[in-house]
Amino acid sequence: MAGLYRIVERPIDVEEAIRAVAGPDRGAIATFIGTARDHHEGRPVRALEYHAYAEMAEQVMRDIGRETEALFGTPHVAILHRTGRLTIGEPSVVIAVAAEHRREALAACAHVIERLKEIVPIWKKEHYADGAAWIEGSGSTPAST
Amino acid sequence: MTVSVLLFARYREAAGTPSVEVEVPANATLADVWDRVRARIPSLRREERPLFSCDRAYARGDRALTGREEIAVFPPVSGG
Repeated sequence: MAGLYRIVERPIDVEEAIRAVAGPDRGAIATFIGTARDHHEGRPVRALEYHAYAEMAEQVMRDIGRETEALFGTPHVAILHRTGRLTIGEPSVVIAVAAEHRREALAACAHVIERLKEIVPIWKKEHYADGAAWIEGSGSTPAST
Repeated sequence: MTVSVLLFARYREAAGTPSVEVEVPANATLADVWDRVRARIPSLRREERPLFSCDRAYARGDRALTGREEIAVFPPVSGG
């Protein structure tokens, strides 16, 4: 399985993910870019901070790549997630999936971001003008064994 | 046995440390370890939805430990 699965502390770029999945036998590359938004539930957000359990996060992202290949037949997946402090508008996550045809590329890309949000051990902290708060997911336990 | 527990995000901030060591009986489970961690760190006492991992894979509270695993406890994830 070809793929790129990284937690990085530097700015990320979708081109980097595209380069990792591009190839002559693929007719489609679907991408997703998550960016730092300036508000949350009506409250202005000044900056975002991401914290990760990097070693496990890369492992779980690789598992998502494997799962995605099994579901959609798309072995070429790249996921880069940034950690540390981001200014508004900067990418926090970039995903690229290459496939022979557009349908499976688009479906697989959507699957990857949904699964990332559900199970990859990364946490977001929002910084406001007057404080900060950790955001936590719905918390359905993704426990396996 | 002594086990070291990695903490992340809000739990790490609440504890003021990236990891904590606790003493548990042989064959203790992850839930036992979590009980000891909460007993040591009052700011984590009311946490109701911890997720556990063992050797970088999700694990349930009833997982029995050998003492050689890399153990972590953290809140529900929110990446993306």
